[in-house]
Amino acid sequence: METLMAILIGGLFASGIYLMLRRSIVKLAIGLVLLSQSANLTIFTVAGLTRGNPPLVPEGETMPLVPYADPLPQALVLTAIVIGFGVLAFTLVLVKRVYQTVGTDDMDEMRSTDGFKD
Amino acid sequence: MSHDLLVALPIVIPLVTGVIALLFYEQRETQRIISAIGAAALLIAGIALLLEVRAEGILVSDMGGWPAPFGIPFVADLLSAVLVMMTGLIAFTVALYSLATMDPRRESFGFYPLFHILLMGIAGSFLTGDMFNLFVWFEVMLIASFVLIALGGERAQLEGAIKYVALNLISSAILLAAIGLLYGVAGTLNMADLGMKLQDVDEPWLVTAIGMLFLVSFGIKAAIFPMFFWLPASYHTPPIAVTALVAALLSKVGVYALIRAFTLIFTQETGYTHQILLVVAGLTMVTGVLGAVAQYEVRKLLSFHIISQIGYMLVGLAILSPLALAGSIFYIVHNMVTKTNLFLISGAAYRLQGTYELKQLGSLYRYHPYISALFFVSAMALAGMPPFSGFFAKLTLVRGSLEVEHYIIVAVALFTSVLTLFSMTKIWTEGYWTPSEAEENDELPPGVNSWPGWNSQMLAMFVPIIILAALSVGMGIFAQPVISLLIETAEQLLEPSLYIEAVIGDES
Repeated sequence: METLMAILIGGLFASGIYLMLRRSIVKLAIGLVLLSQSANLTIFTVAGLTRGNPPLVPEGETMPLVPYADPLPQALVLTAIVIGFGVLAFTLVLVKRVYQTVGTDDMDEMRSTDGFKD
Repeated sequence: MSHDLLVALPIVIPLVTGVIALLFYEQRETQRIISAIGAAALLIAGIALLLEVRAEGILVSDMGGWPAPFGIPFVADLLSAVLVMMTGLIAFTVALYSLATMDPRRESFGFYPLFHILLMGIAGSFLTGDMFNLFVWFEVMLIASFVLIALGGERAQLEGAIKYVALNLISSAILLAAIGLLYGVAGTLNMADLGMKLQDVDEPWLVTAIGMLFLVSFGIKAAIFPMFFWLPASYHTPPIAVTALVAALLSKVGVYALIRAFTLIFTQETGYTHQILLVVAGLTMVTGVLGAVAQYEVRKLLSFHIISQIGYMLVGLAILSPLALAGSIFYIVHNMVTKTNLFLISGAAYRLQGTYELKQLGSLYRYHPYISALFFVSAMALAGMPPFSGFFAKLTLVRGSLEVEHYIIVAVALFTSVLTLFSMTKIWTEGYWTPSEAEENDELPPGVNSWPGWNSQMLAMFVPIIILAALSVGMGIFAQPVISLLIETAEQLLEPSLYIEAVIGDES
């Protein structure tokens, strides 16, 4: 299962980066989404995938029974998803405003501020 | 005052200030007063924190009462305390300055709340003792800076913002993945706990690989070679107060994260990791300054200088000797002061002359000799001329490097200094001495007679500049106490067991 997830994460990272290398700012935004989701999946997978064993302490015990699913990565992923969602909302508005102001969605046309010329 | 409160105040004050300013969203005048008071309070809290840390050693505050490594601790060691105090200083000066320069439109769209939320993110990043929490503070800081850079919606701002946002989000994604992998290897994200558990892992190469991911992620934020392209494309686009604030603080947070990570956590294979840091530091210095030499727009020129100076800040980290590391931290402090001041002065020159272009600034010296003198102090401090702060920062760094026989990096640093001096004299001759084309045709530049006298606006503009210039001179003349404080800081950083003991306690 972990191997399968690793391949999936690799594919997501690759597609995200491919999309970001395109010139359209919409594809840039989609690429950013894929990148942040693949990072979330990395956290989720890396601690090991355990199915059907919630980390609950049974009656009469002091520790949950091994093997149990590690709850911390899930809490981390949840936080990261929420942050990613907020950042994505901002990015989409920015993309829209850039398109309205500059009049194009082509990254190559947005080089007036690069600062490598006078 | 209790330690918990002292450690929490630098985060709580900006939050409270931001929220109160938000409550007065419709009343600009009230927001301006609240913002200035909040920034002053942050400065005072920073000074109090530094004094306490220096007297008592590392302060730890376990949030919510959960002991480390289970809860999230906030840790103030000397490095954090020094940087928090500097954040307060920059916040205070820029807050005053923005009272005079920020346009009413941006003010009424929430400039002041965003300003303080940005400060909260920065103070949080400096103080947190948990890797994932650091990521969260980074995001707080980033989202505030995204809006600050785009606020106003001018074409140049939006073009700059899209690059800034894209590159910083890539950096965040890499950081998040690296944090996940780190958790997979170590089973903890508490920095002190990580520092302890990762010292004797079976597979140091695995940790080093994760360390490289952190290097890339923090490196993008700190704008090191070859990942700095977003910085000169975006930093010069917003109003000068925003530029000064982000230029002084944001990339330094990246540098701080690098110093923290590579002194406390990733020290398994220093021969490999810190060699990379050294090469990167050298290349950052040279490429940044070469970019600056080619520019004729003051803000772009100064933006490239930020990159070059990030290189100096990494040299001490790469060498890992107390003196060199102290030099690097001195450099961070000195750079925050002088770089902010140079941006503020170029904003004042813009106010008086109506342009940022060196060729059109004309002979500023003839019309405004006092501003020119203030610029001269800061420019010479940046270039590293005695007796200003930059000289002693560089001297400490160079002596630290020579002691451990890193001659090449010393040569690169001094070569970069010469080019820095060159580009500062270029601003001086082009912008302050040489008459512009308009002046040669006997036309005065558009804003020459616009000096309105010392009204309250001009005071709000020049008091911060004078404070920062005085500090630049003061840190040079009274360099000894500063250096001895920073050597203490560096020694604390190079002895990670102090940090670990303070956070985890002795039971380990």
